[in-house]
Amino acid sequence: MSKDIRVRKGLDLKLKGVADKSIVDAPRSSVYAIKPLDFHAVVPKLVLKEGAKVKAGETIFYSKYDEPVKFVAPVSGTITEVVRGAKRRILEVRITADAVDEHVDFGKMDPNTAEAAAVKTRILEGGCWPFIIQRPYDIVASSEDTPKSIFISAYTTAPLAGDVDFIVSGKKEAFQAGVDALSKLTSGDVHIGVGKDSKLGSITNAVVHKVKGPHPAGNAGVQIHKIDPINFGEKVWVVGAEDVATIGNLFLTGQFHGERTVALAGSEVADSDRKYYRTIIGANVSTLVSNVNTNETRIISGDVLTGDKLDNNQFLNFYYNTVTLIPEGNEYALLGWLPFTRNNIPSISGTSLSWMKGGRSKVDTNLNGEERALVVTGEMEEVLPMDIYPMQLIKACMAGDIEKMENLGIYEVAPEDFALVDYINTSKLEAQEVIRLGLDLMITEVG
Amino acid sequence: MKWLRNKLDQARKPFEPGEKYEKFAPAINAFDTFLFTPNHTTQKGAHIRDVSDLKRTMITVVLALIPALIFGMWNSGAQYLYQERGLSSVLDVPFMDAFVEGAILVLPLIIVSYVVGLTIEFIFAIYRGHEVNEGYLVTGLLIPMIFPVDIPLWMLALSVAFAVLIGKEAFGGTGMNILNPALTARAFAFFAYPLYMSGNAIWVHEGSTDAVSGETILGALASGSYDGQISGAASNAVAFSNPAAEAGTSVLAGIDFYDMFMGFIPGSVAETSALMIIIGAIILIATKVGSWRIILGGLIGGVVMGLIFNFFGGLGEDFVTQLVDSGRITMDQVLNDAGAVAALELGGWDATLLEMGTNQLFNFPFYQHLVVGSILFGIVFMATDPVSAAQTTKGKWIYGILIGFFGLLIRIFNPAYPEGIMLAILLLNVFAPTIDHYVIQGNVNKRKKRLKKAKVQLQAA
Repeated sequence: MSKDIRVRKGLDLKLKGVADKSIVDAPRSSVYAIKPLDFHAVVPKLVLKEGAKVKAGETIFYSKYDEPVKFVAPVSGTITEVVRGAKRRILEVRITADAVDEHVDFGKMDPNTAEAAAVKTRILEGGCWPFIIQRPYDIVASSEDTPKSIFISAYTTAPLAGDVDFIVSGKKEAFQAGVDALSKLTSGDVHIGVGKDSKLGSITNAVVHKVKGPHPAGNAGVQIHKIDPINFGEKVWVVGAEDVATIGNLFLTGQFHGERTVALAGSEVADSDRKYYRTIIGANVSTLVSNVNTNETRIISGDVLTGDKLDNNQFLNFYYNTVTLIPEGNEYALLGWLPFTRNNIPSISGTSLSWMKGGRSKVDTNLNGEERALVVTGEMEEVLPMDIYPMQLIKACMAGDIEKMENLGIYEVAPEDFALVDYINTSKLEAQEVIRLGLDLMITEVG
Repeated sequence: MKWLRNKLDQARKPFEPGEKYEKFAPAINAFDTFLFTPNHTTQKGAHIRDVSDLKRTMITVVLALIPALIFGMWNSGAQYLYQERGLSSVLDVPFMDAFVEGAILVLPLIIVSYVVGLTIEFIFAIYRGHEVNEGYLVTGLLIPMIFPVDIPLWMLALSVAFAVLIGKEAFGGTGMNILNPALTARAFAFFAYPLYMSGNAIWVHEGSTDAVSGETILGALASGSYDGQISGAASNAVAFSNPAAEAGTSVLAGIDFYDMFMGFIPGSVAETSALMIIIGAIILIATKVGSWRIILGGLIGGVVMGLIFNFFGGLGEDFVTQLVDSGRITMDQVLNDAGAVAALELGGWDATLLEMGTNQLFNFPFYQHLVVGSILFGIVFMATDPVSAAQTTKGKWIYGILIGFFGLLIRIFNPAYPEGIMLAILLLNVFAPTIDHYVIQGNVNKRKKRLKKAKVQLQAA
């Protein structure tokens, strides 16, 4: 069964440095880290302490308020350091890896014949539950819930982001097993959004939707909004495409293989290095890029719109399929506000002639202005393909007006849906942060 | 560039955090960021950002205002000199003579507006510890453009201070104001100093002296003394002409549509030329800085209202012709005192028809309504102010249409002040949040309906 979704609003940013579609193995990292901060709103309870030996798939910590949700070691080795921040908050659990991984064996299971409860328990025990993200709130799903549907987006539209359809098409068997397992967890359907040339059209146990349109059409949030919008009290789950394959692998092999295929992209990456790397969740970024002058170049785990800023020797984010390197833009521009100048930066503004420029652009991290009051109207609507009033929703979040936030559709959005609002906004508003704070407020007030 | 940058960095030092003049940082920042877009990089959210910022947006509006301003300078000088020198046409005034004369009159207005307004903006930025917003770059230019050329500078200064203090800062500054600041200045001056802001003597430099007339077309229409281009049956045309104008004593005699469109007419400093305003509108729409929906909505509203009035004006004209033909009243009575005619016990609908037939504003063709007065300037540059306008797409249409609608309604029904667009825009400024509220409520209701349906489905399941 296939249904088409056409998204008209949005913006495709054509940036320099797209990764070539070839996959190579990245060098094995000597140290890996699981970062609790990657799991929003999860309070970690450590199971193992520094010095403990772990196998890949062994629980390191669990969620304090949802104990069945386990966070496991991606590799086997020794826990060498638990890095803590203010108030002893756990920032990283570092594992010095063995030369070859030893896995915890959970036993093989056929998700099609297994009971739904057994499938769920396996995903929880096997450490794959953190891959399941709940909407509303964009947090790790509760182990007690049954969602009305599950969404997987295999259509990549974010600038320079790793093409998950390409990544997953090489793991089709595991992906199918993952879909089979997930279909046991919902009372509704598993929906997969794919591009028009996707090889995932033949996946069974799911409704495949052909998606077309500019970014953020590839965001699960946009696809949910078009296919099965979230109402008050309803829950929908979202799983990353490669993560579905990881879940499938757990059932096929009985082991947790935290493989992560990462596209190394961006204008600051040498041409020969711009490709896809097979690595493991939590690997050190130095296995992909080394000796980067971070005063001149920004390392981003993730895409340029939503990723996390990394320093040298920091560790990859749990979820992202991309590492991007772009120039830092800490430079002044003489009379940079003059209309019709600096047309090299892609813009939706009519005060720029960037639309005349063909090809891909090199863009840096300069804010290109200063934060101001919200003045210009109508621009946010151009890049948010949802039946939602973005400016009004943002203002409601800023004001902490819960009823208004509910009425204006806060349950349907995630910060990533507002990434382009961050990009285009004339007032240099931090829209993603505002939405995140709004969602956090809803978690504490509404639950 | 590096040399300038180094100098600026040195100059900034006493204003850095912890230094002696830390409090005044917003003032030095304003100058610095005017010269250089700062080296700030993204720290949260998206790592890359669009090139557009508020400075760029506001400068684009200033750019769009320049054609009307330059023309306004020329016209202010030309209107005065052609009468003073007794020339037969405005175009007979040498260009530079007119421009220099106009610049001498207009530049002090601009300087006063910017000095007073920016001083208040800087004080508030320092007091509140935020950056100086660029909004006043536009407001500061708009204000002198919509005032009569002879307005005393102290009145202008007071109007600016009122607009910035009460119209904007009292609400929290740029982005928070309910009313358009430039129109707030004009409204303040209009009600505080009516002698200097309304009437027929003020629109041309030294218009109150014997040698020069400051009458506008709208003023003349409202007082029934215009003899230019009033349409209607040819046989009626003479009935509505003014004997004084026929004698050639009115400077407005002979002004045609071309003059109105080009802007060779008396009026506020920069609002007379439809052509220049259209050029500005094209700049605003092409750069997406001004909402085309509001502009088009305003024109549609104006045209519809104009057509409605022209229709009733036509009925009135026919009625007056019938009255004269039947001998019930004489042409002299019509010309000299319509009120006395109404007293001929016509009463009811007949009296209304008579009024409509003799009110020149009813019979002024709708398309000419759009090129006289400040309706076009108001729709293009005032109504499109994104802060005080409706913010939703649907709301912008409604807002624009109602401005055109009410603008003409007030113009035609208010003989004391035929320039209704200012009041119409201010009125709709106040109602813009209400319009948005109902548009957004539609979206909220849609979501509530969806929830209800989902619940029903759930129960059925």
